Amino acid sequence: MPAVKAPANLRRLFDEIGTVDYVGIEERVAKYTTRSIKKKSKVFGLRLAVSMVDLTTLEGKDTPGKVASLCQKALCPHDQGDIPQTAAVCVYPAMVKHAKKHVGGTQVKIASVATAFPSGQAPLKTRLAEVHAAVNDGADEIDMVINRGAFLSGEFGLMQDEIAAVVEACGEATLKVILEVSELETYDNIRAASFLAMRVIRPNDFIKTSTGKTSSNATLGNNQVMLEAIRDHFLATGVPIAMKPAGGIRTAKQALQFLIAVKETLGDEWLNNRRYRFGASALLNDLVRQLEKERTGAYQAPWNFSEATEGY
Amino acid sequence: MPKTSSKSKPKTNPAREFVFGDLWEFDPAPETADPKVKKKYNLFIGGAFVAPHSGKYFATINPATEAKIADIALADASDVDAACKAAQKAFTTVWSKMPGKERGKYLYRIARLLQDHAREFAVAETMDGGKPIKESRDFDVPMAAAHFFYHAGWADKLEFLAPGRQLAPHGVVGQVIPWNFPLLMLAWKIAPALAAGNCVVLKPAETTSITALKFGEICQEAGLPNGVVNIVSGAGETGAAVINHPLTSKVAFTGSTEVGKIIMRSLAGTEKKMTMELGGKAANIIFDDAPLDQAVEGIVNGIFFNQGHVCCAGSRLLVQESIADEVLAKLKRRIATLRVGDPLDKNTDLGAINSAEQLAKITDLVKSGVEEGAEKHDNGCKLPAKGFFFRPTIFANVSMSHRIAREEIFGPVLSILTFRTLEEAVEKANNTAYGLSAGVWTDKGSRILKMSTLLKAGVVWANTYNKFDPTSPFGGYKESGFGREGGKQGLLDYLKAL
Repeated sequence: MPAVKAPANLRRLFDEIGTVDYVGIEERVAKYTTRSIKKKSKVFGLRLAVSMVDLTTLEGKDTPGKVASLCQKALCPHDQGDIPQTAAVCVYPAMVKHAKKHVGGTQVKIASVATAFPSGQAPLKTRLAEVHAAVNDGADEIDMVINRGAFLSGEFGLMQDEIAAVVEACGEATLKVILEVSELETYDNIRAASFLAMRVIRPNDFIKTSTGKTSSNATLGNNQVMLEAIRDHFLATGVPIAMKPAGGIRTAKQALQFLIAVKETLGDEWLNNRRYRFGASALLNDLVRQLEKERTGAYQAPWNFSEATEGY
Repeated sequence: MPKTSSKSKPKTNPAREFVFGDLWEFDPAPETADPKVKKKYNLFIGGAFVAPHSGKYFATINPATEAKIADIALADASDVDAACKAAQKAFTTVWSKMPGKERGKYLYRIARLLQDHAREFAVAETMDGGKPIKESRDFDVPMAAAHFFYHAGWADKLEFLAPGRQLAPHGVVGQVIPWNFPLLMLAWKIAPALAAGNCVVLKPAETTSITALKFGEICQEAGLPNGVVNIVSGAGETGAAVINHPLTSKVAFTGSTEVGKIIMRSLAGTEKKMTMELGGKAANIIFDDAPLDQAVEGIVNGIFFNQGHVCCAGSRLLVQESIADEVLAKLKRRIATLRVGDPLDKNTDLGAINSAEQLAKITDLVKSGVEEGAEKHDNGCKLPAKGFFFRPTIFANVSMSHRIAREEIFGPVLSILTFRTLEEAVEKANNTAYGLSAGVWTDKGSRILKMSTLLKAGVVWANTYNKFDPTSPFGGYKESGFGREGGKQGLLDYLKAL
């Protein structure tokens, strides 16, 4: 839309969807951190969190072997204590076919980042080809990045058209739209980008905070802004959108705080892995460690649970 | 309220509502620190705990369980006389002669001891008063310590308070405090009084004496000279004795406007200086350009903080008509997740109403709201079988003539009124006998500045609510009282110009 200048374009959108007050959001999410989750409710929350993990490895040094051990970890996070499987494994497109060998036919889904992740700076044709390739290799879910350049220069139509093209390329696969919140910089922009994305994706497709490849990732603040956007979109259209915070959630305690935000903002119908996911790797072991502590009454020796995902 | 408006979204389909159910119910998470409460409390006079002259005690109960916590000494006129004389003696022999720097050291010591005993005080405060532990832990106790720290800094700098004027303390100050923030109100009163060089006779509220008497123990631990702080517990007559005692040359009162008027009548014609911090019926004003979710959070914080037992509670919500439906819908959704119950549970958002009497008053006013035709919504949550509890309640379609729009409810009850223009908002906000506080929510900075000059309220919060700081003066207009507490202005009220 070349006729409309970016700021005017954005202002028009804010008139429609409303803005976000930074101080107010920070104050709201600070209350989640004072909730105290004990005993059975803690076990429920931890197990729920495990079942929501998209167990992720996105490194240049990923190998079929690494992906194989990641898949085993997803299928059986711990040898004791009846711990649920994770929701999915999340890998680069080239690794999808390797993951397929291990988790194909199980409840664990294969998610793949595509569309020139993490920057998205490739021609649309290339990005779409990548999506097709991942889907053809057996990906159940596609994590795409939005065109932040288009958003920031006010070309909302372009940004939405590209998302719509990826939706089409996904076919049956679920789509997760990564806003890369740290590059959008303000809560206002995160809200605006959430709405633009939600208007072109399908029910139960996801919006996702980050790639995990920039300095700041999922926080309770930007999670809250996106949950409220999902809520308002649902109220206006009846279309439920799912949510995935990713990057920076390393501890069980953090995960529980994110889940409390879900419980108190979107309610019970979002407290499942069809509507909420964690993009994480190290998180899983801390969840398992805390579950083992609840089960046995004592913390396990530190060498039983590796902090590094290389240990999976 | 209009049925439809240009800005509000189309009526929501019931199927599009959210389920805030019990899928993930939280287990009890009680705070277990020992409050170190004694079975029996005597009066703190002249640095020691002494039995009351009459030998009479009264019971203080836990409003969440209705169980007795302790026996509290009932001070009569002769006890108050002893306290005032002890204060006078401490003033003439020790406190007035001590350099400000030394006084400051005692205040710092008290502040640090409050921090050391923070968990213990928080639990005691919650047991005695009914407020949620997360508030006494995160607000009341740290803020009380902050007031002592702040005023400790002033103690040796009084000459810079009013350059060119010679200032002197009043001598003995009589102070009467309410039950909504027992320890914090004590700190608001005692810290500036001591920093300015006065000695104190303080009467805590009848239902919440424990933390005040525990504060006596802190004074002992800090080695504060005997008689500088005296605490006499009791009911109205005890307060009257403190206020009318010939030795108290200044009186500071926080409480209801009704009692404030009685005090002012009884002091008319005397030389006593007074400061009064009385009731309020604050307007929280939401313009259509405000970030609504954060405004809703501020509304909730403004009215449900401390079960609405806050003199500056944002109890009248003025919403611009075009967004009224949307704000009401958001508020209803938000209160669905508020947790009412055991105040000692760390997840409790609203604790117990302070007393059976207060609960009866709230119930009566809510009944009048329904009878006068306002539309009542509450979150329908289950309330504990024992104890004094009230659900967070919202009234829509309230008009200015309703009792719930005019009288201070002092409970978790919000009245929603609408307005069309800025002028109308100001008119409605100021159309009250009170003038303690107000809130303004808008994205437009110039409008905030304009509103803050037009609103006749001692505090105007912009895009936030219920924010306090020891450096910021707090106090009211009209029937909300006079004099300020906190900051330079509050400290000046504890000094006289020579």
